[in-house]
Amino acid sequence: MESWRRNPLVFAVLALPGTFWLVAFFLIPLGMVWILSFGEKTSILDIAITWTLANYQRALEPIYLEIIWKSVWISAIATALCLLLAYPIAFLIAFMPPRMKTLLLLAMILPFWINMLIRTYALIAVFRRNGYVNAILEWLWELGNSLLMLVGLGDYHLLGERFVPLPMLYNSFALMVGLVYVFLPFMVLPLYATIERLDKSYLEASLDLGASQVRTFFSVTLPLTMPGVISGIILVFIPCLGAFLIPDLLGGTNAQMIGNVITRQFKEANDWPFGSALSFLLMYVTFAALAIRSLLAGRQPRTGY
Amino acid sequence: MAQATMDNRNVSAAGAKAPQLAPAKSRVGPLEFHRRRWLWAVFGVTLALLYMPILSLMVFSFNNSRRNVVWQGFTTDYYIRAWNNASLFEAFINSLTIAVVATIVSTIIGAMIALMLWRFRFPFKPAYEGFMALPIVVPEICMGVAMLTFFGGIGWPSGGPWPLNLSAIMIAHIAFCFPFVAIVVRARLAGFNRELEEASRDLGGNEWQTFRYVIVPFLKPGLVAGALLAFTLSLDDFVITFFTSGPNAITFPVKIYSMVRFSVTPEVNAASTVLILITVIATIIAVRLQSPSAAAQ
Repeated sequence: MESWRRNPLVFAVLALPGTFWLVAFFLIPLGMVWILSFGEKTSILDIAITWTLANYQRALEPIYLEIIWKSVWISAIATALCLLLAYPIAFLIAFMPPRMKTLLLLAMILPFWINMLIRTYALIAVFRRNGYVNAILEWLWELGNSLLMLVGLGDYHLLGERFVPLPMLYNSFALMVGLVYVFLPFMVLPLYATIERLDKSYLEASLDLGASQVRTFFSVTLPLTMPGVISGIILVFIPCLGAFLIPDLLGGTNAQMIGNVITRQFKEANDWPFGSALSFLLMYVTFAALAIRSLLAGRQPRTGY
Repeated sequence: MAQATMDNRNVSAAGAKAPQLAPAKSRVGPLEFHRRRWLWAVFGVTLALLYMPILSLMVFSFNNSRRNVVWQGFTTDYYIRAWNNASLFEAFINSLTIAVVATIVSTIIGAMIALMLWRFRFPFKPAYEGFMALPIVVPEICMGVAMLTFFGGIGWPSGGPWPLNLSAIMIAHIAFCFPFVAIVVRARLAGFNRELEEASRDLGGNEWQTFRYVIVPFLKPGLVAGALLAFTLSLDDFVITFFTSGPNAITFPVKIYSMVRFSVTPEVNAASTVLILITVIATIIAVRLQSPSAAAQ
């Protein structure tokens, strides 16, 4: 690597467009939001920057604090579910012969490339009142009913008078399924990357020395793949926390997240300063999560990701 | 993204055989996790759950019924209707235009940044790298809100003749696409043998000739993969576009969003199927270009 001083012209030509773009169309916009978060609404259209902390104070009022808390909770549970599901999958893929590995990994991450909106929309078709799940349940109900008829119990309506579709959409259940469904590949990728690089002779040694598979997993495999676990947690938790589309389309009025509140402030409520304060709170959480990761990564031997 | 760096260490004797679901006669070895049934069960069920909603969406886009949960017969009627739906079609063209422009610009900028980071040493480099990765880690909604504030604040015209009305969206898309391109291209550059560059210099090539005849040909798979990544990212983006787009500049995901809010319709299924196919084809090309055999060349 050469010093930039040796070739300042080439250095400048290569660096300037990207740096300019990021400063002008990313850093400055974010800075504007940050400044706006200290502003006050003076009329419908005007905002005065008064360096007030009122917006942040308002964000910590019980009603918003509850939504923030709920968002953190839902994101944490969704992340945990992703981890539980993704670990065996990543493990399996990492232990496959090379050709199969690529194939299985591709199968796992292909849905991740499909538009998130379309995937969320596909879930609506599955869960809605007359969606696939309810259609299957109804079919089972009719099957059960005709069986009961057959054995002469039909008049008792053991399965209820008529089929009642399960309300699966517009609640926390749908929101949770949606989050796991959409963000699962973010967990599989980093886990796979670390498990793949894991030196399998450690596992052999542990097993040879008489440890059980379970013990080997918890005292050897898991600690060695911890960097991947942490990366995965961060990669799923942050987008979950900022999710707007999934709670908007799948969650009902009781399953709202910070993303929805921020969007409402900017679109319907037209309270930009408060929305800015909320989105900066989200940024601070993100930065805290990243800082924790780099702290933890500093203590571990580096493993890529 | 995740380049499957192949590791031959674990191709044990058993691993070299075709690992099928078929029951193996021999006992499963302690490290032969690819022969453990329960792992396959988790994998299979997850895969089925991942694909079923998408596949049923695609299949039922051909269903001859509005209440589209029961199969009523094959029809391509909804594709024709979606095609003839002027605002949906316009949104689709808008999305493709934005994606193409964002891809071209972000590939060029991203590759330049990757080259710069690969070649030069300069003060505060780690901080600069962190700065470059910011658009990747910042929650989408924060970036969307920032774009809304920015373009609203400087009074960027959202009107104007096509495609100028899309310029704000294009700028926003480039801002979040090019860091991804930079990562992909830099990964490719990591495998570059610097002696080739020196050889080119020794043979009398100047800066530009070395770049043109040595580095660019080597980078080609990385550039194409990065471009396809940018293309799918731009085509997929909803949240940032939702905040950036004015009333006159509707993109495909934003249009679908407004349609979905009312009801699930076969037209949306048909249009979504087309977008899924475009994305999947682009992804498969990108993955093939990034595969270890291509990277090894």
